Formats: sequence, structure tokens, C-alpha cells
Amino acid sequence: MIAGLYIDGNSALHRAAAGLKVLALVLLGTGVFLIPDWPVLAVLLVTVFILYPASGFGPRILWAQIRPILWLLALFFAVQLWLNDWQAGLVVIFRLAAIVSFAGLVTLTTRTSDMLAALERAMKPLARFGVNPEKVSLAFSMVLRFIPVIAQIGHEIRDAQRARGLDKSVLALVVPLIIRTLKTADDVADAIDARSFDPD
Amino acid sequence: MITLENVTVEFDQRRVLDDISLSLSEKRIGIVGANGSGKSTFVRLLNGLQVASSGTVRVDDFDAAKDGRKLRRHVGFVFQNPDNQIVYPVVEEDIAFGLKALKLPKDEIDRRIDEVLARYGLSEFRNHPSHLLSGGQKQLLAISGVLVMAPRYVIFDEPTTLLDLRNRNRVERAIAELDQTVITVSHDLDLIAGYDRVLVFENGRIACDDVPAIAIPRYREMMA
Amino acid sequence: MNTKDIVYIALFAAVTAVFGLFPPITLPITGVPVTAQSLGPMLAGAILGARRGGLSILLFVVLVALGLPLLSGGRGGFGVFLGATGGFIVGWVISAFVIGLLIEKFWDSLHIFNAALSIAVGGIVVLYAIGNLWVSIVVDVSYWQATVGAAPFLIGDVIKVAIATAACLAVRRAYPLISRAR
Repeated sequence: MIAGLYIDGNSALHRAAAGLKVLALVLLGTGVFLIPDWPVLAVLLVTVFILYPASGFGPRILWAQIRPILWLLALFFAVQLWLNDWQAGLVVIFRLAAIVSFAGLVTLTTRTSDMLAALERAMKPLARFGVNPEKVSLAFSMVLRFIPVIAQIGHEIRDAQRARGLDKSVLALVVPLIIRTLKTADDVADAIDARSFDPD
Repeated sequence: MITLENVTVEFDQRRVLDDISLSLSEKRIGIVGANGSGKSTFVRLLNGLQVASSGTVRVDDFDAAKDGRKLRRHVGFVFQNPDNQIVYPVVEEDIAFGLKALKLPKDEIDRRIDEVLARYGLSEFRNHPSHLLSGGQKQLLAISGVLVMAPRYVIFDEPTTLLDLRNRNRVERAIAELDQTVITVSHDLDLIAGYDRVLVFENGRIACDDVPAIAIPRYREMMA
Repeated sequence: MNTKDIVYIALFAAVTAVFGLFPPITLPITGVPVTAQSLGPMLAGAILGARRGGLSILLFVVLVALGLPLLSGGRGGFGVFLGATGGFIVGWVISAFVIGLLIEKFWDSLHIFNAALSIAVGGIVVLYAIGNLWVSIVVDVSYWQATVGAAPFLIGDVIKVAIATAACLAVRRAYPLISRAR
């Protein structure tokens, strides 16, 4: 199975319900756009930063969240400085930094399986619109199950094409990969039916 | 008791099975035949994966045409490639998959999972990612997923083809120990040599239906 | 939606994830990195059709949002949707759907030109329209500026349209799924 980006711990955030954390993220993501003052946003950003050590994460982990968007923050600031003023620049980058670091925190403190379970619960009411939660749950699990299987198929095809001197051709990889995936899918569907999966 | 009466299966006007009538009551039944001889279609009829174009297929009290869902629970099916029938990323989740459909209480599900894992020496892998198991362990997991459903019949479609010798022996032993009626499709003639009855398929018909001591040499002759 | 549809949807989401494992190729002169991953939405739409293709990529995108590092370079989590490329990732879902819709329309007389057109409209026109809008909002620049900024990535996507077109036609001969669905 694919390991998520979760880092084990026992903080309040680790223990909080996955659904609650996602809700908090949505509220924060909406809330920051309602706040037009950079000092308030700065306080908010520092609060999110403080949650990192409070959840048992060192500065290195916080930095890993911010680093990928650093050039973006610099760009945004420059654009705002050019179009408006430095205060507007700070508003834009504090907003984004706060959301991204809180989103990172949610991802770091929540197991993917808990997130999936929360999602399945959230989908229950959709059943009346024809969304079958069992089918959706099966689909999610199968993606995780079949990533290593398909990656293995990809390796086998690449080796075979390399032996034929076709390793530079993307098409010589993609077409057999798709065909074998579809063939696999037919067999998997048979196996699922044979195990009497029948949620209707 | 499995009974087929005048069963014909056609795909796009091509006759894959041609007017098969027979009844099977032995505990161990082997099926052999060349690729495309109809043997896979035959076993797929027995658990409702394939519907007959005409004729009737009955397994005990179930009519394949009417009781498809019940038939699937009555007749388990283990495929050639375990990678294609393990659908959950964690071992215990995969075994629980079929059980959830049976709407069993949680402690009963747990009990059955414990039991089947212990039986195949997989207990320590209960929370293990399923793709990290060896080929033989994967096939045993696939068998476990079918057995927890407590079927009366188990069909194996070339269960050892993709395995090395050691794992082949393990799976062979696991099949031999089953209380259920077993129907095995195999190119591995050693696997079915000790069975009660062997059906040899050729061009959609049964060319030979006898004990292994007669049917297997006959099959070898046909393929020579 | 039968079992087979669910399996196709899940396995194409897995294929899209596997495409993310290939290291990106850096284009000469411009230095723009091209990943194989955006082939996923193109192929999902072109091979599975609108409904299954769109759902397949939606499934992939939700798994990314849930914190799985399935995007090329091992990225994942909510954060990626807030970055500049977030719109392109969400846009993949609509892109796959549109490609599927067009391919279904042309299915009975599909050839290289209308297949390429379908994939280019969904995979470039629609995708960039959404992606650039996202960039213009997040970065607070005009839509036109965002479009100019995205232009260097076009080269890679044109190559991918060509690959997806050829693959779609080859797979159609061996495994015609869309006609089977109708």
C-alpha cells in the first residue's frame, strides 16, 4: 500500500476527528479571504506555525511545507508590489502561507485510512442520489491495491521493450500498459463478481 | 450434485460449449483441455459467471439462471492470478470483503478471518500490505477470501500455473485438505492425478470422461 | 454502474498514479519539465468515455487531496490545490470528461484527426482555460497574463495529445470499450 504523508504522533491534532480537521481547513480557507488586514493575518499565520511544535513537528517539517511555495510567495509579493503596495503583498502571501501550512498540518496528522473513513461517512447522505457508498469505498481501496500491480506491469513492459530496443518509445510503453490494465480489469471484475459483491 | 442438461454457450455465433449434458457428484473433479476447448467456460457456468445460451445448469438446489446470487455463495471460485482477485490493499480487509456482503456481525467476521489466516499460516500477515506477500501467500490469501464465505464447492482455474515448485506444493496441499467438493481446471496433470474423475474438453465437447488413470493418458495422446 | 465499470474507474486512477512515478523529462531550450502524468486524464477520457473517465480522475484527485503522495514528484495533500497548479489538477477531471464526451460522439467514425481534435480540445483548451483562471485568481494577475505564463507548457501537452491519440486508436482496435458501453 502507498504510504501517506502522515507522521505518527499523539497530539490533540492527531487525535482530533478527520472530518473536523477538514472542516476547520475549509473554514480557514474561506475565512482568510474575508480578512483584509495584514496584521490580523500575520497573527493567524503565527498561530498556525505554533501548532507545528504543539503537534510534535520540528521546524524542518514546517519548512518542508513552505519551501515548495516559496518562489510562488515571492512572485505574488512582487506582483502586488508592482500593481498595488507592500501591504497588499503581505495580505496575499500571509493568506496563502496560512492555508498551505494548515493544510500540511491536517495531512501530517491524519492517517489516510481515517480520512477515507470520514469521506465514506460524509458520503452516506449521497446514497439517495444514487451514489452507492460501498461501490465508492471499493473503488478507493482498489486504487491503492492496484498501484503496485500496475507499476509492476509497467516495469515488465519496459524490460521487454528494452530487450527489443524500443525503450525510447513512450507509445511502446503506453499501449501495452493500457491493454494489460484493461485485461487485468476484466479479470478483477470477474473475481469480484465471483465473490458475490452485490451492493444493490 | 451438479447437473447440466443440453447446455450450449455461444459467443458471437461461435459455439464455445456444444450441447453438454452430465452430472457430477464426486468430491474431486479435474478438468483438462487445450486452450479454447471450452473448459474455462464450463467452470464459469457453475458459479454463474457465465450464463448458458440454452439448456439448464443446476448445482444442488440452485438453478444458475434464476439463483445467480445464491449460486455464487454456494460455489467459490479461485482464479489463476491471485493479483487479480485480491482487491483490498491490506490482508484482513481483503478477506473481510466477501464477508461484508453476507452482512455478518463484526465479531463473527473477525472470528472467521482469524480462523482462515491461522489455517494457512498467514496470521502474522493480518495487517500486512497484500502486494508484499509472495506468490504462494497471495494464492493462499485468495483461497482464504473464498473459503471464509463457507462455500460447498470450490472451483480452481489453473491455481498453480504462476507459482514456483515450493508454492505449487503448498497450494496443492491446501486444496487437498479441503472438505468441500473441488473442481480443478489445470494444465498440471500431477495436480489432478489423484482425483476421482477427469473431464477432457475438446472443441466445446467432452472428449473423455473417466478416472484419471484412463482420462489423463487419453488426453496426452490427443495432445501428441 | 456495474462491477466492471467500477474496476475500470479504479484501475485508470491507479494508471494515472503510476504515470506520476516516471521521472519528468526536461524539454530542451525552454527547460520546462514535462511529466507523463497528464497523459492519465487524456487516456481515461479517450478510452473509458466521459462518465467513467471523469469519475476515474475524480477518484485520483480525491485521493491526492486525502494526503496520498500520488502526484509526480511525490506531492499530495490539500496544499497542492492552493498552489498555482491546483487548477490544472482539478481541471483534469473536467478535461477527462470532455475528452470522453467528444470521443463518444466521434466513436463510430473515429480517425486520427477527430481523435486528436477531441483530446486537444479537452486536454489543452478546456484544461488551460480552468488552470489559467485558477492561476489568475491565486496569483492575482489578469487572465491574459496567466495564459502567457502557461504557454511554455504547451509544447509538452501537444506531444502528449499526439501520444494519447495514437494510444486511443490502437487500444480502440484491441479493446473497444466505448461501443461496448452503449
